[in-house]
Amino acid sequence: MTNEAKAASPAPISTTTTGEQFIYTIYIRTTAEKLFAALTQPEFTAAYWGGVTHDTTWKPGSPWALKLPDGRTADAGEVIEYDPPRRIVVSWHHQLSPELNAEGVSRCVIELEPFGESVKLTVVHSLDRHESKFLQAVSTGWPAILSSLKSLLETGEPIAPPKPVLDKK
Amino acid sequence: MDADLVFRALADPSRRLLLDRLFARNGQTLGELCEGINMTRQAVTKHLNILENANLVATRRRGRDKLHFLNPIPIHQIADRWINKYERVQLRALTNLKQALESSEGEDQ
Repeated sequence: MTNEAKAASPAPISTTTTGEQFIYTIYIRTTAEKLFAALTQPEFTAAYWGGVTHDTTWKPGSPWALKLPDGRTADAGEVIEYDPPRRIVVSWHHQLSPELNAEGVSRCVIELEPFGESVKLTVVHSLDRHESKFLQAVSTGWPAILSSLKSLLETGEPIAPPKPVLDKK
Repeated sequence: MDADLVFRALADPSRRLLLDRLFARNGQTLGELCEGINMTRQAVTKHLNILENANLVATRRRGRDKLHFLNPIPIHQIADRWINKYERVQLRALTNLKQALESSEGEDQ
């Protein structure tokens, strides 16, 4: 696919042979600018992600954290790339469960690509490790979050906000 | 996403087998997906294209390899369409019960 090749060409996602990754793609009828805002701004993320917000300035090299509605930090890391409205890369280290924390730092790449009257959103979450429990947990979260985001942008209503990823009490 | 494309893609047992194989191990090349499967390379390529058009499979390049990944988003959307959020816990319990009973039966035989 030429679109695929184009999207991947600036900085291909490193698919390691030693690790594991999940890829999610979803087509959303909106503009790249609106989608990018929805991915980064707290008033949007809180609406489709069950109150979760990013705590960061989005400046490359600056800290990044995912905050739960109760103020706890679910995940923390660093902004690696921030290229509106095309691409975000963060290092992502789970903080709440000691078991998942011990698996180390994952990498999350978010790409936006105009596709006709829609935008193709791709999320790649990877970790240098096999049979990662963290990625298993994340993989149950992303489809719900992205479906809710799509619904919010296309209809103005999020799907019943999914529980924050890994929010185990 | 066109729901018809998703249902048509899922209607074929060969394509469901390919999705099962990606579910078991994500990120395979065409060559890996062809191993130990009773389908020609051309047939696998054709089925992968249909799955990709339905957004059930996502691909990334790694060097010269094209890796295929199961993209569960359209299946999630099907579930969102017909499964009420309050039913999910009960459905999970029933599914687990079925799996537990059927797998222990298998061991007895």
